[in-house]
Amino acid sequence: VLVLLAFQDTVLVLPQQSQSIVIYTGWERHALVGSDVRLSCSFFSWRWTSDDVTFSWTYRPDGSRDSISIFHYTGGAAYLDNKGPFRDRVEFVGNPGRRDGSIVLKNLDFNDNGTFTCDAKNPPDIVGRPSSVRLLVFETVPIQAGVITGAIIGVVLGLLVLIVVIYYLMRFLVARRVFNLSVRSVSGGLAALCPGRRPEPEPIPGTETCVAKQKK
Amino acid sequence: MLLLLLGIVFLHVAALVLLFVSTITSVWTTGNIGTSDLWLNCTSVGGLQCNPASAGEWIQAVQAVMILSIIFSCISLILFFCQLFTLQKGGRFLLTGVFQILAGLFVMCGGIIYTVMSPNWVPETESFGYSYILAWVAFPLALISGVIYVILRKRE
Repeated sequence: VLVLLAFQDTVLVLPQQSQSIVIYTGWERHALVGSDVRLSCSFFSWRWTSDDVTFSWTYRPDGSRDSISIFHYTGGAAYLDNKGPFRDRVEFVGNPGRRDGSIVLKNLDFNDNGTFTCDAKNPPDIVGRPSSVRLLVFETVPIQAGVITGAIIGVVLGLLVLIVVIYYLMRFLVARRVFNLSVRSVSGGLAALCPGRRPEPEPIPGTETCVAKQKK
Repeated sequence: MLLLLLGIVFLHVAALVLLFVSTITSVWTTGNIGTSDLWLNCTSVGGLQCNPASAGEWIQAVQAVMILSIIFSCISLILFFCQLFTLQKGGRFLLTGVFQILAGLFVMCGGIIYTVMSPNWVPETESFGYSYILAWVAFPLALISGVIYVILRKRE
């Protein structure tokens, strides 16, 4: 009986240990100075979305080790930053019922470069790792990583393929033109010698028979 | 004859390996702050933090050129083995040599662009790392290998 009870305990404990909340944010966000940016945050949890679900966003500037909290949603109400670097610039646009805890940052500045961390909790599912998204503020939109790389590689390889194709095409055309010229000269010269047979440049059998007749 | 062949192939493969190592490992510049390379900018202040080297058009050009040099060197190796079996006696491995020389020129371009533009995205206190040196070593190797191919004639 004791063994059975112990077994039941382990069976109950194991599924809970394998559950944990998984939080998704973007990897990086690019934005222009003065514009708004939406930082999305959602989570996956095996439990139903509880009424006590909480979202919190913290901000760590680039080059600093300290984080400051800028947004917290709990008990059905959203609390925005009213003292920190994002005072009056944060807006909650998420839907906690749909597991969305996204916020919008307005009127960005170069000082807003940094890492934003979203932490969500869905009681009783509270064990999970917060996820971070990096914000990069630019003056002008930069070219995406890898676009120029891909373009240069594509152009050079395309030129290579084009050169190869043109080379083989020229070879084919030159060979064909040489063959056509020789055919025309032969058939034109044999026009008198091949009575009843009109000289045709293209069809090969006609020429061959003419040549065969001449050889005979 | 076989020894010569092995030597040439060894030279070619050595240049290719150097190109691979130089492009893939991340040590084009090193210094106290961290390492940076064609793909990532890593700083070790306050824990290792790596940011993609996405900003900057010239670094993308260097990436492209290094990858192209690897591709051309690989194509040249394949062509060498093709031509080894299909070339007529007394023929020259011209195509192989041309591709290898082009690969060497691409590495040279990449090295030059990186040397000239590196103050833009790496602080001046950093020194060049071993990947950068390997790229510059691969350039004469590839060039010499290509020239040997152009001069070489098929015997036997």
